[in-house]
Amino acid sequence: MRVLPSVGSFGPASPDEILRPAKPWFILLSLLVGLVMNLAPVSGTVLALRPDFLALVVLYWCIQQPRYVGVGTAWVVGLLMDVGDATVFGQHALAYAVLAYGAEYFRRRVLRFPLWQQAVQVAALLVICALIVLLVRFVGGAPLPHWQYLVPPLVGALLWPIVSVLLQTPQRPSRSRTRN
Amino acid sequence: MRPIPVDTPAFFNRGPSPLARLAFFGVLSLALLFADTRYRYLENVRQVVSIALYPLQRALQMPGVAFAYVSDYFGTKRELADENAMLKQELVARAPAIQGYPRVQEENARLKALLDVRAQYAASATAVQVLYTSRDPFTQKVFVDKGSGAGIVAGAGVVDENGVVGQVTRVFPYMAEVTLITDRDQAVPVQVERSGARSVLFGNGTGRSPELRFTSPSADLRIGDRLVTSGLDGTYPPGLAVAQIIDVVKDAGQMFARIVCKPLAGIDHSEFLLVLSQSTAMPPRPEEPGEADTTKKAGRKGRR
Repeated sequence: MRVLPSVGSFGPASPDEILRPAKPWFILLSLLVGLVMNLAPVSGTVLALRPDFLALVVLYWCIQQPRYVGVGTAWVVGLLMDVGDATVFGQHALAYAVLAYGAEYFRRRVLRFPLWQQAVQVAALLVICALIVLLVRFVGGAPLPHWQYLVPPLVGALLWPIVSVLLQTPQRPSRSRTRN
Repeated sequence: MRPIPVDTPAFFNRGPSPLARLAFFGVLSLALLFADTRYRYLENVRQVVSIALYPLQRALQMPGVAFAYVSDYFGTKRELADENAMLKQELVARAPAIQGYPRVQEENARLKALLDVRAQYAASATAVQVLYTSRDPFTQKVFVDKGSGAGIVAGAGVVDENGVVGQVTRVFPYMAEVTLITDRDQAVPVQVERSGARSVLFGNGTGRSPELRFTSPSADLRIGDRLVTSGLDGTYPPGLAVAQIIDVVKDAGQMFARIVCKPLAGIDHSEFLLVLSQSTAMPPRPEEPGEADTTKKAGRKGRR
């Protein structure tokens, strides 16, 4: 009988679980999905709560697969986001590059914690990312936004465990195969 | 005993350190920021990337479109009958206005001919659909599904069925960016419908109502007054509804009254918009009167 892998072992892979290597096409696809979710047409409360999915995905891969996704990839992805959002060129690029650097700096530390504790550290990184955007806009002459500006990064941190488990699923060996 | 090799084996070599890469890309972004805000060099790059993003954005519409289609399909007979009845009622309610319209139009044409006023506004417009709203909390913008391919030009006014929504600020081949009248950098020349007083409506940014700025406390403005476009800017044809005054604060300590307005158009929820063709009947700008003086001054300065 086959057991769903995610039911028995929700959470990050335990150290004795050997993961399959991440597939570059899956990384690309996840970045694309993150971009799409950022550009989805929503308004009102959903818009006020919507976290930066792309930043979350970039952060995940920077922590898990630094050989594939690093500062450079994050920067390029940020440029795409700048065009999609019609913001100043380089604003998201700068923020994501710093985010990727933070991820690379903290990754060994972050990975030692259980998911919900990782989320706290991810919150800090996402808030820094949001503050960089704020700083760029502030220098450009925009007024300071409401405190609600910091809600999306915190929502993003709350989604971190879900995103982590989802993005790790294809790397997990399926039980039936390991048994044979 | 062999010494332990100090150099990193090629296997572990991963190029420049993260910090070096961050510095490189950081400087690159700063350069981009500077080039974009100061000189707008990068509009072409933006156009190209936006074409690449276009299929993604269209794909995003699909769930919504599919949902609307399915809910339409399963709409009950009852709902349809209700809607039909409502539409009929509405039609009857509007009948007097519709029947009177040709007469008014004719009269208007005659009066205009008398005044020798050129028909300023050619009534051509393009219907567009909102693709998505910008995520950027600092600006108020939406993206619509037609661009320079459909003849939309930057600067054109955008309205919905209730009033002015904003202005096209950037045109891509397949879509256009519309800055809403609530955006912080957006100003609409308006006129009070009741008194004819002219003013300018300034957007105030996300979550704040637009205001009429620099209005003297003695101006004849009341709560509930409707503001329509004055047409002085040549962007919007005159007489389009823009906003309604919802609050007038007259503080003796302030030089100007604070007049808070509420946009009449569905700024943040209209799905279908109309992009007006730009009226080009504006006379050429008169020569600056001060220009001769300034050249003289500059000459004197140069000699000194």
